[in-house]
Amino acid sequence: MAVVDQPAPAAAAAPESALTASGLTGETLTLQVLKGVPDGPQTEVTYQVPVVAGMVVLDAVHYVQHNLDTDLACRWNCKAAKCGSCSAEVNGRPVLLCKTRVDDLPAGPVKVHPLKAFPLIKDLVTDVSRNYEINRSIPPFTAAPDDGTPWRIQQRDIDRLYEFRKCIECFLCQDVCHIIRSHDYGDRFYGPRFFVRVASLEMHPKDVIDRRDQTREEGGLGYCNITKCCTDVCPEHIHITDNAIIPLKERVADVQWDPVRFVGRKLFGPRND
Amino acid sequence: METPRLPYETIECDVLVVGAGGAGMRAAIAAADAGCKVTVVTKSLLGKAHTVMAEGGIAAGIGNVDPEDSWEVHFADTMLGGQLLNNWRMVELYAHEVIDRVLELERWGGLFDRTEDGRIMQRAFGAHSWKRLAHVGDRTGLELIRTCQDKMVHTEGVDVCMEYTLTTLLKSGDRVAGAFGYDRNTGRFVAIRAGAVVLATGGWGRMYRFTSNSWECSGDGAAMAYEAGADLLDMEFVQFHPTGMIWPPGARGILVTEAVRGEGGLLFNAEGSRFMLDYDPVKKELSSRDVVARSIYKEVQAGRGTPHGGAYLDVRHLGADYVKRKLPSMYEQFHALASIDITSQPMEVGPTIHYTMGGVRVDPDTAATTVPGLYAAGEAAGGLHGANRLGGNSLGDILVFGRRAGEAAAAYAMSTGPGPDIDATQIAAEQADLLRPLAGDGDGASLGENPYKLHEELQAAMQDDAGIGRTETSLQRALAAIVSLRERSTRMRVAGGRALNPGWHTCRDLTNMLVISEAIVRGAIERRESRGSQWRFDHLEQEVEFGKINFVTRRAGDAMQVVSVPLDPLPERLRSLLERSRFYDPVKLPKGYLTEIAPAAAIPTAGAAGTAEKRPPRAPRKRK
Repeated sequence: MAVVDQPAPAAAAAPESALTASGLTGETLTLQVLKGVPDGPQTEVTYQVPVVAGMVVLDAVHYVQHNLDTDLACRWNCKAAKCGSCSAEVNGRPVLLCKTRVDDLPAGPVKVHPLKAFPLIKDLVTDVSRNYEINRSIPPFTAAPDDGTPWRIQQRDIDRLYEFRKCIECFLCQDVCHIIRSHDYGDRFYGPRFFVRVASLEMHPKDVIDRRDQTREEGGLGYCNITKCCTDVCPEHIHITDNAIIPLKERVADVQWDPVRFVGRKLFGPRND
Repeated sequence: METPRLPYETIECDVLVVGAGGAGMRAAIAAADAGCKVTVVTKSLLGKAHTVMAEGGIAAGIGNVDPEDSWEVHFADTMLGGQLLNNWRMVELYAHEVIDRVLELERWGGLFDRTEDGRIMQRAFGAHSWKRLAHVGDRTGLELIRTCQDKMVHTEGVDVCMEYTLTTLLKSGDRVAGAFGYDRNTGRFVAIRAGAVVLATGGWGRMYRFTSNSWECSGDGAAMAYEAGADLLDMEFVQFHPTGMIWPPGARGILVTEAVRGEGGLLFNAEGSRFMLDYDPVKKELSSRDVVARSIYKEVQAGRGTPHGGAYLDVRHLGADYVKRKLPSMYEQFHALASIDITSQPMEVGPTIHYTMGGVRVDPDTAATTVPGLYAAGEAAGGLHGANRLGGNSLGDILVFGRRAGEAAAAYAMSTGPGPDIDATQIAAEQADLLRPLAGDGDGASLGENPYKLHEELQAAMQDDAGIGRTETSLQRALAAIVSLRERSTRMRVAGGRALNPGWHTCRDLTNMLVISEAIVRGAIERRESRGSQWRFDHLEQEVEFGKINFVTRRAGDAMQVVSVPLDPLPERLRSLLERSRFYDPVKLPKGYLTEIAPAAAIPTAGAAGTAEKRPPRAPRKRK
């Protein structure tokens, strides 16, 4: 690929834009980006990028776009780890590119690949629309019609929902989950993100809908064998397995496998309760 | 008649909503509730819009924490914060309705921090008289967007086109007939035929180098509206948020929420002096954003800046547990990006471009622009915030006026029937324009200008010459740079094809940013005074004459025209409300028609107005 030119120093006459020193460390980063389109070959292209203090991988990708390859596709938005757009795999690990510091990575080339569990669109961008379909199939928050606002809700009753609501929908948990990634059960399995979603609805003190049967049947909650990979990659540090999935499994087991209810179902037929 | 060179898909709907942040989604829900078929178009994935970056909260005079608060005080604070250039009718509607919009959000499943007796918690914020911001820690915007998103995707009649860019408004005679653009992932062209169009495209920070804005904030909506003949209002007012990250370089500009100061964070210069006590002894760190940003700038200019050219923001005295609970994403942000633990080290912060008060000129009640069938809401619209926006007034703005725009657009679309036919000549011209950077054989990029480089040059020009402090000379320099860049932009060339080509996408973003930059600079040249976010080193005082007008930017042929329009004076019933603000000071009233009538006695006394009741400033409450 193209030989690297050092970036032009910031315009000397520019008072404010030059306020911050360039921060160049003098080192060079070797970035290996998997480029490609769905029907063509995917090839790893190597770029040389000058390292700036505190640089994140997304900064390096932007350098490539601005200086070496204007056609390199990468999804991003806020660049502050708040929107969850720039998900990709760095050295094989699903991460947010905007939050992955270059100086935290081992020395040597840095490999940047698209999320593997989703269909490729181009270069580092994948088709995550399936996630939006799952979300639409989950019944939304519903309060009792006669329960008028303003509500009185105690802080302690919603404290446990906070971490679920931190989710920025980066879909790294969906990408790393072997039920989707290796077994390709994406069509019958909600995945960690949407178990978190269901948990946040089920545990909301004002919600009145029961999503347990749907989560077991359509959501495939039982497929999860709690390997905790999702928790491991979550950039918001949500305890997905411990605080969302396991309590959901307990709730589903309670309605589905309670022996008294089992006998009841045998005698009187299935019913929702 | 020209015919389009390439095929395009056609989508038909009653109401087209451009943008899927808070304003767009609230408009879509309102239009669908009114019975319309709605198409929402977003440049990104759903739920990624810039609304997620709002952290501090939604300002609403509910009075849960400070019972003295009310919509009237909120009205007064917002008008005074905007230096009385606000459209008073918008502020009145806003202060009234934002309370209902907050409760509605809760009804849709949104979470808020609670008071001890279970009501919605409210926090202090800059230049708000009382504790007013309903919030969830420091991620209120995410909560708002997720709640609206869930509501919208489960609303009958709303279709969403994710990762589409619309580049021009289609017109039929005077009226808007829809919009034209492309699917970003495939490059396939699309025409959307609509009875009415709502612009909810947000603001435009990307023409500056140091900004808290994402790439999306390129001013597409305002640029399209301008091209379609709509008026833009007060474009010179661009807000510098006082606290953005300044180190490391890649993180420069990322927002450090005002909630840090709302929760008790203090600002110090490199000498350890709490300088806000000198600049604003009353509001201190919680002064309005324009004042705090200028204070930090002055400290740095005086040689009292931190090593990377900013100020220290300190929360260590609040205690580690409290900081992690109330400011979790700030803790995480500094930890991950700057290797700083804010519970034991101060943050280094400096001003960053954050918000645009100016925007498409709208009718306050209906959000209708000056082009029939075209509506605008949220940051894309102007008028609500005057010369400076108060923190917490943006999340409320998008909900109140998103809903109003959606309802008015639905009413218009239903009263006029299906949109008029699309004009193929317009589409052919737009296609030719869009395809130009891709023309040429082989490595097209080597033949012309690189759009990224032009963008960097525009950012340098705007940052240095149309930034926080401006002079006639610097603004003329910026204008010359814009004119030159516009000429060079006709020769932009990029490699690759139409399928997901970021270089190609940048070409049109840049064209829009050039239009908007010119509007900012021309407005800033005309406003020969310092007021709100506009700081003219060559005109340091407020002028009475400029307090009586707004500047309107519109297209006159191919040239940009800036004209002044007189402000609509506050009616008597609202004028008396200004006294309800804790920060009302008749001697320091923003100069304009109020001070001209009779300086220092412009406002009727409480007795004369009958409703106003002046309360003494109150000692701060202890935190619960």
